[in-house]
Amino acid sequence: MLKVNKRAELPKDREAIIRVGAILCSIVCAGIVLAVMGFNPIQVFREIILGAFGTQMRIQQTVVKAIPLVVTSLGILVAFKMKFWNIGGEGQIMMGAFGAALVALNLPSTLPMPVMLLCMAIVAIVFGGIWAFIPAYFKAKFNTNETIFTLMMNYIAIKWVTYLQFGPWKDPASQGFPRIATFSDNAVMPKLFGIHIGWIIALALVAIIYVFINHTKKGYEITVVGESLETARYAGMNINSIIITAMLISGGLCGLTGMIQASAIEKTLTANISNNYGFTAIITTWLSRLSAPIILVVCIVFAGLLQGGAYLQIAMQVPASVADMIQGIILFFVLGSEFFLQYKVSFAKSEKTTIKEVA
Amino acid sequence: MKRILAVLMVLVLVMGAFAGCGGATEEEETDALTVGFIYVGPASDGGFSEAQDNGRQALEDHFKEKVKTLKVESVAEESQAVKNAAINLMDQGATVIVATSFGFMNPIEELAKEYTDIKFLHFSGNKMNDTNFGNYFGAMEQPRYLSGIIAGMTTKSNKLGYVAAFPYTELIIGINAFTLGAQSVNPDVEVKVIYTQNWHDPAQEKAAAEALLDQGCDVIAQHCDTAGPQIAAETANAFAIGYNMDSSSAAPGAYLTAPVWNHGAYYIEQIQKIMDGTWAPESYYGTMADGYVQLAPMTENVSAEAKAKVEEVQAKIESGEFNVFSAGDKDVLYNDGSVMIPAGTSLDRDAIWGISNPDSAMVTLVKGATGQ
Repeated sequence: MLKVNKRAELPKDREAIIRVGAILCSIVCAGIVLAVMGFNPIQVFREIILGAFGTQMRIQQTVVKAIPLVVTSLGILVAFKMKFWNIGGEGQIMMGAFGAALVALNLPSTLPMPVMLLCMAIVAIVFGGIWAFIPAYFKAKFNTNETIFTLMMNYIAIKWVTYLQFGPWKDPASQGFPRIATFSDNAVMPKLFGIHIGWIIALALVAIIYVFINHTKKGYEITVVGESLETARYAGMNINSIIITAMLISGGLCGLTGMIQASAIEKTLTANISNNYGFTAIITTWLSRLSAPIILVVCIVFAGLLQGGAYLQIAMQVPASVADMIQGIILFFVLGSEFFLQYKVSFAKSEKTTIKEVA
Repeated sequence: MKRILAVLMVLVLVMGAFAGCGGATEEEETDALTVGFIYVGPASDGGFSEAQDNGRQALEDHFKEKVKTLKVESVAEESQAVKNAAINLMDQGATVIVATSFGFMNPIEELAKEYTDIKFLHFSGNKMNDTNFGNYFGAMEQPRYLSGIIAGMTTKSNKLGYVAAFPYTELIIGINAFTLGAQSVNPDVEVKVIYTQNWHDPAQEKAAAEALLDQGCDVIAQHCDTAGPQIAAETANAFAIGYNMDSSSAAPGAYLTAPVWNHGAYYIEQIQKIMDGTWAPESYYGTMADGYVQLAPMTENVSAEAKAKVEEVQAKIESGEFNVFSAGDKDVLYNDGSVMIPAGTSLDRDAIWGISNPDSAMVTLVKGATGQ
C-alpha cells in the first residue's frame, strides 16, 4: 500500500532536482510519443522554439499572445492570494470586452483616441469588476462556493455576448452574417515597436501588482486572509470588505484584458474573444506560485508554446493536436511535480512489518 | 521564486539545445512560389474545406515543384485567429494567401493594407483593393437551381428540407435558386429551412436534418460543411442533395447529386498569372459555363425524367439563354409578399449580391420557402 504524507519544507536543492526532473521527463515522454507517431522529436522541439522566438515577427506574435495571459494572470493572482478560487476570468474578460464595445460603438468616432481608449478601459474594468463582485458578495454574505459560482458566471457572460452577436448587435452592413460592427479607428489601440501598446500596460501592471501585494496594507491584508481567516479576524480586519475589494481588482484586471483584446486584436466584440485566456491564466498563475514577476516569465514561455505550436502546424504540416499534446504532456509533468514537492509518498506496508518485528 | 526562474531557465536551455543540434536536418531553399491556404474547418471535413483542399491539391499537381502549398485548418472566423494563421504562413514563405471563408474578410483586408508585397485571394467576400487583394466566388445559384429541379421531381410529400448555416445573402441566394428550381417543375412544393448558425458542426447539421425529416420533408438539401444531413436522410429512407463536393459515398442510398465547386481551375489560373507577372486583383465570379461551379454526376437515385430535364435546363444556362433569377409573365415574390423579380425581367449578379446598391442584396426567402 502506498502512503501519502504531507512534507515538511524540502531542502532547496531537492526541490530544484524534482522540478528539473519533471521538465526532462516531460520532454523525454513527449519525444517518445512523437517518435511513435513518426516525427523526429528533435526537429519538432526545434521548430517549436524557432517558431516562437526565431525571428522578429515570431517574437511579436508570441508577445501578442502573452499580453492577455499576463494581464489575466495578474487578476487571477490577486484572487488566489486570498485563496478565493476565481475560475471566472473567462466571463470577466467577456464582460470587460462587452463594456469596451458598448463605449466604442456608441461614443462618437470623432472623439480623440486617448479619451476613447480611456473610457473603454474604465468601463471594461468596471464591468469585469461587477462580474467578479457578484460571486464575491455572495461569498462574503452567504459563504457560497466561489469556484462553482465564478465558473457558472462564465457561461452567462458568453451566452450574453453570443446573443448580442446573433441578435440586436448584428451589424446591418454584414448582410445577415452574425458579426458585430467593427470599431472606428479611434477605438483601436496604437502600436509601438510593431506590437499594440497592451505590452506596456502589461509590464506596468506587473510592477503595480507586485508593489500592491508586497508593499501595501491592502495587499498584506489579502495575503493574511488567504493564509488564515482566524488570524485576519483576530487582527480586526474587515474580511468581507477585503474579499470584495480583492475580487473587484481581480475582475477589473480580467475586464481590462477583454478591452485590450477587443480594441487591439478583434477591433470588435465576438463571442470567442476570451479565447480560453481566463482558464489558461489559472495554470500560469499557479505555475508562477503567485508571484507577479514570475507570471511575466511563465506567460512568455506559455505564449511561446502556443505560437510555436501554431508555427509547427504549418512548418511540418502536422495536425494542430500534436502541438496541443506536447503542451499537455509538459503541463502534466510540471503540475504533477507540485504534488511531489508537497507530499511524500512511501510504501506503508513495509513500514508496518518492520514495526511488528521490532515489537 | 528564484528557484522557479532557475527551472524555467533550464527549460529554455534544454529546448535551446534542441534548437541548436537539430540545425542541419533539412531546410533546402527553393525558388518555388509558396501559397498558403486558410480553412475554416478540417481539410478532411467531407465538404467545404475538403473541396478547397482538393483545389489546393490540383494546384500542386499542376505546377509540381514550382509551387509549394501550406495550409492551416480549423481557423475561427475571428481577427486573432485569421491574422495569426496568415502571419505564420507568410513567415514560412507564403507570398500568396488564400482565405477560404466569408468571416476571414475583414482581417484579410487589414493584412492586405499592411503587407503590400503579399497577394491575398478571399473566397465569397465583397471586398478587394486595386493592388494585392482580390476575391472569388461562383454562380452557385446555377447548379443550385438544377438541384432544385431534381428535388422537385423526386419529392412525394412536396416538402423539401434545407439545412443552412447562417441566414445571410450567400445562403439566401442558394435557397431561393433551389426553391425556384423546384417550383419550376412542381409548383406545389414548399421548402423548409433550418439555420444551424455554424459552418461546421456534424452533429448539429444532422440534428437539423432530422427535425426537417420529422416535419415530413423527404428530400434534404444543405448549405453547410459536412455530410451530416445526408446521413440523416439515408437513415430515414429519404433523399439528400449534398454540397461542395461529390459525396456519394457518405450516404449512397440517399444521395442524388450536389452543387459543387471546382476551385482547382481558378487557383491554377490565378497562380499562372502571378508567375507571369500579369496578375491584378479581380472579383472573379465563375459560372457553370466556366466549369467553376458544377452539378456533381447524378446517381441512379435520380429518375431518368429528372435527368433529362436537368440536362435540358443546364444547356440553356451554359449557353447564357436562361438566367435562374428571371420572372415570366408574373412577378416572382418574396415570402413577405414584396416583389423579388418584376415580371418579364431578371436579376443579375450585381443585383442579387447588392454590389452597386447594398439594398438590393437578397436577404429574404422567396415565396414558398420558410426559415427558422
